[in-house]
Amino acid sequence: MINLVHNEMIKLVRKKRLYVIIAIIAVLVFLFTYAQMKQVESMQERLGTMDWRTELQQEITNTQNRLNSSGISDEWRGYLQIQVSQQQYYLEQDINPSAPGAPTFMRVFIENSIDLVLPLLVVVVVADLVSSESSVGTIKMLLTRPVKRWRILFSKLLTMILSVSFIVLSLGFLSYAISGAVFGYSGWNLPILTGFAIEGEELVTTNVRLIEQWQYILMELGLTWFVGITVGAITLMLSVIMRSTAAVMGVMLAALISGAILSNMVSSWESAKYFFMVNLRVTNYISGMGAPIDGMSLGFSLSVLAIWGLAALVIAFITFTRKDVY
Amino acid sequence: MTDLPSTLVVKNLCKKIGRKEIIKNLSFELKEGEVFGFLGPNGSGKTTTVRMLVGLIKPTSGEVHIYGHHLQKDFIKAIDNIGCIVENPELYPYLTGWENLQQFARMVPGIKKARLKEVVDLVGLQNRIHDTVKTYSLGMRQRLGIAQALLGKPKVLILDEPTNGLDPGGIREMREFIRTLAERDKISILVSSHLLSEIQLMCDRVAIISKGQIIKIDSVEHLLAAQERVWWTLDPVAEGKQIISKTMTIFSEKEGVIVTNYDEKNIASVNETLVRKGVRVHGIEVKLPTLEDLFIELTGGETID
Repeated sequence: MINLVHNEMIKLVRKKRLYVIIAIIAVLVFLFTYAQMKQVESMQERLGTMDWRTELQQEITNTQNRLNSSGISDEWRGYLQIQVSQQQYYLEQDINPSAPGAPTFMRVFIENSIDLVLPLLVVVVVADLVSSESSVGTIKMLLTRPVKRWRILFSKLLTMILSVSFIVLSLGFLSYAISGAVFGYSGWNLPILTGFAIEGEELVTTNVRLIEQWQYILMELGLTWFVGITVGAITLMLSVIMRSTAAVMGVMLAALISGAILSNMVSSWESAKYFFMVNLRVTNYISGMGAPIDGMSLGFSLSVLAIWGLAALVIAFITFTRKDVY
Repeated sequence: MTDLPSTLVVKNLCKKIGRKEIIKNLSFELKEGEVFGFLGPNGSGKTTTVRMLVGLIKPTSGEVHIYGHHLQKDFIKAIDNIGCIVENPELYPYLTGWENLQQFARMVPGIKKARLKEVVDLVGLQNRIHDTVKTYSLGMRQRLGIAQALLGKPKVLILDEPTNGLDPGGIREMREFIRTLAERDKISILVSSHLLSEIQLMCDRVAIISKGQIIKIDSVEHLLAAQERVWWTLDPVAEGKQIISKTMTIFSEKEGVIVTNYDEKNIASVNETLVRKGVRVHGIEVKLPTLEDLFIELTGGETID
């Protein structure tokens, strides 16, 4: 089995996919670092001060003004109210929610990449693991060796898990290393609030507690990894079923983008919560943002993802071991 | 030949896709050190059969035994004796030839570096083995394909259209190579092809397959001897025909050409009689039937498609 995984790793490295991934992440981090730098600068100009309290107070006032205006939907109003109470909590406790620093940038970057950027990177690597072998024809070479078929797919599964881990780690490392050059590398011990719960439209703060930022980031990385593995498993299944890598990428792209759109508009379509792509933003549960649909919680989303991932793997293994190769 | 042990035994092999029967009840055997031809036009089921022999496609019914190991039930042991190229040798274009061989070597226990060197030398790729495969010519890829097929010292080699895309020099080289492997190393080799000339030059026995069925299995000499024809170009035709028909069987006649069976002993005497009786003989040609002719002959009028 080690030999098989060794083979897969060589193919992965020689196809240069991983370099592409690193390049994409680096470019994105550069872009966002620059954007945030500009934002900080313009904020400074506008307010004439660097004080975050004034800034946060300003934001709260803005939101409250919007709440008072008519013509916003009830759903949106509820969300804004939650946001305001969270911000007020930060202000009262004297915690700067967006204190600059590489760890903070990294935290926000991971949060924002979990439902689209990370899955896309995973898809880029995993989509052709099996389908490229079928379309080029090397699958015939693999399956006519004295090795059982399930072992070959299992080696590809392990390769998928290794690649996802690599992607999540590079996401963390690059966002820290690059943004640190601008914002400084300190801030690991910054206190972060977590444990928000939302019942109806009330922000329940009974369980809210402070944890240090590095713990928070560790939790986020864990969740991100889990999401990556799920997306990887589903992509692997498609890669087994379809010969064309482009088709695999297309299907996954459509699913992921529709997921991003759906989570913004499905609050009234309750059964949509069983789609895996609506459940990708699991970091929202620990940061205290509302769930897109009532009845969704961290446990629920993780279970939905796990079931999708496992089902995908079962289908992938059954198909791969039984199918006729033409 | 018949007293040699069988290496590959195929019994009543069938494959249905949906309701369509693609392969109908194939049975044949390969003997040790024999080159066995699998001859049929495109779409006759050659490649499907080859894929069933190496476990890529599961037969609907029937059995494949390789050195006594049942392919479907005991895949690892059975496939261990087989080396194959199915259609074109597809290799990883972004790896070098050597790295490609390493990939396959890692999948089989007990293949040493020395064995890799050995097969590279055998196919004569020493000079280019460390270049990436995408820079290889088709002939070089074909040779690398043979190298990977021989890596595990197989006792049965299955080559699907091995000369596809090769230039005449390459074809000849391949042919000699296949003969050497069979004669020197006692490997059984199954070669599929749609070219009669190719099968004729390198095989000992041949199975002719059409529409998923074997219509004849015979030694190459027998098959061809029975099918060789003499083309007589004569003037006047009618008179010549009369003379020839006394000693030989006439199969067809068109545009001044009479086609008869091949009968070595009588050609000279028939010619003599013709000349004596004033028939001008423009040509006497011994011709091998084309695959199409052979088919029409064997299937009784059925054409290739």
